[in-house]
Amino acid sequence: MWVYEKKLQYPVRVSKCDPRMAKFLLEQYGGADGELAAALRYLNQRYSIPDKVIGLLTDIGTEEFAHLEMIATMVYKLTKDATPEQLIENGLGDHYANHDKALFYQNASGVPWTATYIQAKGDPIADLYEDIAAEEKARATYQWLIDMTDDVDLQDGLKFLREREVIHSLRFREAVEILKEERDRKKFF
Amino acid sequence: MNEPKPVDERYYQLLHQLQALDFVLVELTLYLDTHSNDADALQQFNQISEERWKVACEFEASYGPLLQFGLSFSGYPWQWNDTPWPWQV
Repeated sequence: MWVYEKKLQYPVRVSKCDPRMAKFLLEQYGGADGELAAALRYLNQRYSIPDKVIGLLTDIGTEEFAHLEMIATMVYKLTKDATPEQLIENGLGDHYANHDKALFYQNASGVPWTATYIQAKGDPIADLYEDIAAEEKARATYQWLIDMTDDVDLQDGLKFLREREVIHSLRFREAVEILKEERDRKKFF
Repeated sequence: MNEPKPVDERYYQLLHQLQALDFVLVELTLYLDTHSNDADALQQFNQISEERWKVACEFEASYGPLLQFGLSFSGYPWQWNDTPWPWQV
């Protein structure tokens, strides 16, 4: 089971109301390489992966939910004081018409999240390579998000998330080596 | 939506302390997941876990439960519904 902890993994601060950045950040909320996709991808893969990497998938999948909450917090803080006019000016008029200021699992272009963003091959190497690719794509998106804002408070939170993608990718690559080692050992004995 | 209950400076200090310790623990957890035989990292993990528990207790004594389903205690009346929620600070 899961237990919620009433705190963010890392402080989220923003220095201004900025619906434009909120819209872009949705890419990491409900986009193909976003945090929701990441959490669901890893947690779902656990049931068909060798025992040696179940712990890692569980822990990274769980950490992704903490990141999802950080992105939600950023979007919330960037839009909570925005007027409908400001939302319209910054490309969130369509969003406002449907959702008011509610968050929705969609990407920066307003496309709703879909399970087709994630794969489940049942082949441990194929699944872990997908995970590594997903982390690298998320890292790239975080870099582009950082490049698009001059808000140093927002950048701080985004830089934390970017660095987490780097670590996750590294750990998944180690997991691949662990599985290869195990596979090769089985061949010889 | 009402305005969340204001928090004092100590709330942020303790929260920050907890977030820092938890960061070390997340890092060590993922590291140990792929380096199960590293005794030094494991020793560090257990030591920081203990420290983390103390700071969490201190935080909860002043600002209410961090966890649910019996993993944190609650004062009267039921404190779980109390603001602020994480995105409100």
